[in-house]
Amino acid sequence: MTALVLIVDDEPAIRRLLRTGLAAGGYRTIEAETAAEAIAMAGGESPDLILLDLGLPDMEGIDLVRTIHAGSAMPIVVLSARDDERGKVAALDLGADDYVTKPFGMAELIARIRTALRHCLAQEGAVPLFQSGPLSVDLVRRIVKAADQDVHLSPREYDILKLMILHAGRVLTHRSIMAKLWGAGGDVQQLRVYVRQIRQKIEVDPERPAIILTETGVGYRLAVPE
Amino acid sequence: MSDRDLRPSPDALLKAALRDGRGKLKIFLGAAPGVGKTYQMLIAAHDRLRDGVDVVAGIVETHGRAETEALLGGLPTLPRRRVEYAGHTLEEMDIDAILARRPALVLVDELAHSNAPGSRHPKRYLDVEELIAAGIDVYATLNIQHVESLNDVVAQITRIRVRETVPDSIIDGANEIELIDLTPDDLMQRLRDGKIYVAKTATRALAHYFSPGNLTALRELALRRTAQRVDAQLRDHMQAHAIKGPWAAGDRILVCIDQRGGDTLVRYGRRLAERLLVPWAAVHVETARDLALPPASLDKIAETMRLAQQLGADAITLPGSAVVGDLVAYAREHNFTQIVIGSPPRHWWQASRASAMIAAAGDIPVHVIGTEAGNARRFVRPRVQATPYLASTALVGAAILVGLGLRHVLNVSSISLVFLTAVLGAASAFGLGPSLFACLASVLAYNFFFLEPIYTFTIADPENVVTLIFFTATAIIASNLAALVRAQAITARARARTTEDLYQFSRKLAGIASLDDLLWATAFQIASMVKRRVVLLLPIEPGRESLSVRGAYPPEDTLDDSDLAAAHWSWHSNQPAGNGANTLPGAKWLFLPLRTSAGPVAVVGIAAADGLLTPDQRRLLDALGDQAAVSIERIALAEAVDRSHLFAETERLRTAMLTSISHDLRTPLAAILGAASTLQSYRDSLDAATQTDLLATIAEEAERLGRFVANLLDMTRLESGAIALRTQPADLGELVGSTLARASKVLAQHRVGLDLASDLPLLPLDEVLFEQVLFNLLDNAAKYAPAGTAITVRAWWERQEKLVTLQVIDEGPGIPPELTERIFDKFFRVQARDRTRVGTGLGLAICRGFVEAMGGRITAANRADRHGAVFSVRLPT
Repeated sequence: MTALVLIVDDEPAIRRLLRTGLAAGGYRTIEAETAAEAIAMAGGESPDLILLDLGLPDMEGIDLVRTIHAGSAMPIVVLSARDDERGKVAALDLGADDYVTKPFGMAELIARIRTALRHCLAQEGAVPLFQSGPLSVDLVRRIVKAADQDVHLSPREYDILKLMILHAGRVLTHRSIMAKLWGAGGDVQQLRVYVRQIRQKIEVDPERPAIILTETGVGYRLAVPE
Repeated sequence: MSDRDLRPSPDALLKAALRDGRGKLKIFLGAAPGVGKTYQMLIAAHDRLRDGVDVVAGIVETHGRAETEALLGGLPTLPRRRVEYAGHTLEEMDIDAILARRPALVLVDELAHSNAPGSRHPKRYLDVEELIAAGIDVYATLNIQHVESLNDVVAQITRIRVRETVPDSIIDGANEIELIDLTPDDLMQRLRDGKIYVAKTATRALAHYFSPGNLTALRELALRRTAQRVDAQLRDHMQAHAIKGPWAAGDRILVCIDQRGGDTLVRYGRRLAERLLVPWAAVHVETARDLALPPASLDKIAETMRLAQQLGADAITLPGSAVVGDLVAYAREHNFTQIVIGSPPRHWWQASRASAMIAAAGDIPVHVIGTEAGNARRFVRPRVQATPYLASTALVGAAILVGLGLRHVLNVSSISLVFLTAVLGAASAFGLGPSLFACLASVLAYNFFFLEPIYTFTIADPENVVTLIFFTATAIIASNLAALVRAQAITARARARTTEDLYQFSRKLAGIASLDDLLWATAFQIASMVKRRVVLLLPIEPGRESLSVRGAYPPEDTLDDSDLAAAHWSWHSNQPAGNGANTLPGAKWLFLPLRTSAGPVAVVGIAAADGLLTPDQRRLLDALGDQAAVSIERIALAEAVDRSHLFAETERLRTAMLTSISHDLRTPLAAILGAASTLQSYRDSLDAATQTDLLATIAEEAERLGRFVANLLDMTRLESGAIALRTQPADLGELVGSTLARASKVLAQHRVGLDLASDLPLLPLDEVLFEQVLFNLLDNAAKYAPAGTAITVRAWWERQEKLVTLQVIDEGPGIPPELTERIFDKFFRVQARDRTRVGTGLGLAICRGFVEAMGGRITAANRADRHGAVFSVRLPT
């Protein structure tokens, strides 16, 4: 059974494009034009994932994210305008799983949907060995290797890397990382320093990172092996 | 008479033209109250009403007479304006209501009436002038006794001086005058029948007024004045139509004004000039004596000169020393053919200025007018100051000492020279009075100390008597001369200072480029030259109606509403207003428009608290005002030129933007549409490679379009100020990395080298904006540097300077040195030899906008080691 995706967008042209593209990617789709319709369909049709445009006519997209997540853990991927960093970070912090910025390529969108549908590694239980490019991490034995060389990470560095691995392929906002590791008193400055140090140890070219990717203004994403 | 003389006179034509667009004034003129002016006016108004004219009674006094009231009842009447004054309610004509109602014809009784204090104009005839100026016809009534130039004559006849007068110009300017004539006998019969309104308190005075002799004389005056007016109309008509006729002789009348004033003289001059149909002038010779006069006398002169001006004279003040000589010289120089001079009652020792004038004037006729004793009493002697006399005494004392010291060396007659020196010294230092005093003291001292027998006032030797007489004569002549020189020097100095001040002012104005500085300098200069507080008002914006105080000295001055109203009136009517002018005299300031040939450019306000301005000050103010007005206009023009430059620049930008948008939006759209429609129609006949190629074109062009739209959006956000910075500590290295990832497609043809210092601190940046800056710089480098060349991103930290510098360095052709600033302009693109590069001309403008929003600076330069451009972004840590 292929996954069912609920497309929420008020633009017919975008809905048509998404319907065609997702069908080609092997998904079934249903469509809602307004937030009200979307809430009804999310309850009635039980889609596996919601693809949500933040700029809806009848409701702030953010509020819709909050409403839907209040009732279920349904994954949400947000479509946002390029200059709306605030909106997408807010949506992510409220529980949206990922975002795609308009205009987007279909391949990118399908990759995001696939990652979001794949349940979080942490929930799936242990995936003992993680591999991405030159990086391999043994989560059971806490062994980190880059290009077959042992890498020595501090406990805090290891925690950050482990969190990213558990959410591999998904964007993690600065705030969500800090909340998980430091509690409420986190400091984005510290996080940056740690990420820089981790990159120095695991990336081939730390100035052009290929494993820990920066989502400017939003957070980080661990690249997953395709 | 030649043909040239037969052309219509420009003045006459101008007068006729002035009347066009203005309302017409008809005056119902009577010799005395009770002749039936109001009644006749109402009958005429009813005739017009029947003709369908929109007639309104502005203000008509019926004095309770039934037939007049009946007539008035048939006319639309405007309610009167009620004015509270000193506990009474006064009723006045409501000029604003009339202006709002805009009738074709309005009736105004009693032209000479004085309005209640606080009204817009002090006199009703000024209200009427405004109505006429607004294009409304006016019917008005007037008694002959109220005509300004006849004021004295009427007072002589009736022994009642009328305070409420109407200037002759009103009568001269009237389009029609209808004389309401009644014989004295009939008029007296009406008085006996109780048909003439008489206030109870004035019964006795009026009984004298209505004597047959008085009424006959007044009637004659009225008839003559009307006839004169008819003459003038005929003359205007003849001139306007170039009819050959008895032109006025080339007479000119000069009226001499001194500190005794002379309103009578002025009125006489006016009547004479009127009768002879010639121009006239009132001249005052300002001597050094005038400078010592008390303010009351100066004000008197000023008032008289103003009256003369109101009556149509040129008011002229001459600097001089010998009043009679200067006046005659002036008269000859300016072709005055008659001189009018006053002859006040005087004491036997006073030389008659009139007889001196008659002697000096030669062939010029001199009219000597006995002026009223009342005026003469107003003459106030210059104050006598003690110091010059004490000093003169000291000089004589010194002369005595010197003489005593030299008496064994010099003979007695030579010692008189010592005293002569003292007298001359007193004359040149202190003027005539002290020097004559010194002269007397010297004569006595010389006699007492040096002439035998010494220490007595008797003289033994007859020869010494002769010496003493000659000494006295010499001393008096010499002190007169010296005092004269001194007086002239003082006047000349004062004039020279004024001229110098004016010159300095004009030089200062020439160097001022900003309006505020100019207004300040002007206010300061006027304030210091006329010794009053000064404000300058200008329209809030060019072309706007509303004025505001834009300059003042002292600077803290503000105006209240009534003063502002006066200033506005002055601005709109291009006339003086406020205290000291005829309009809104209740204000605390006098407002004068500063004009250029193009019209008023500002209004200057002079505080009235310190007394009226003298004609000299007014003239000085005019001179200052003229210079200031020209400068204000100059600056206004310069601003207009700036505005038009700005406008041209805006136009250029708009054109550039249109070109850019039409090119950069259309090109990718055309490619996308072309490729997509090709695929749509011919997909089956295209091979796989071609299809892939077309699809790639669509994707690439769409991305390009996306970048362009993003740039436009960024620019719009920048310009609308809608950028909300989200500054947080950012890792420059991380930003460079993510930008390189985002720009990988753009940079596919180039090698990118990184040279980032390892110690870079975190910087307070908006990451999203800064990534856009970096992207645009890389995009720009990729666009201009040839494929295959290297693009280097370098960054380092200057700890001392608290700066991080980031550079994007390419190996392209570089930037023409003169354009290193302009390339940051919107829609500006460097024209390459072959063609303009694909691009919007927005990328670098956005870079600059974003970098500056984040507190940094961005500059462009060329590489020193080889050709290529360097863009440097400096960011504070």
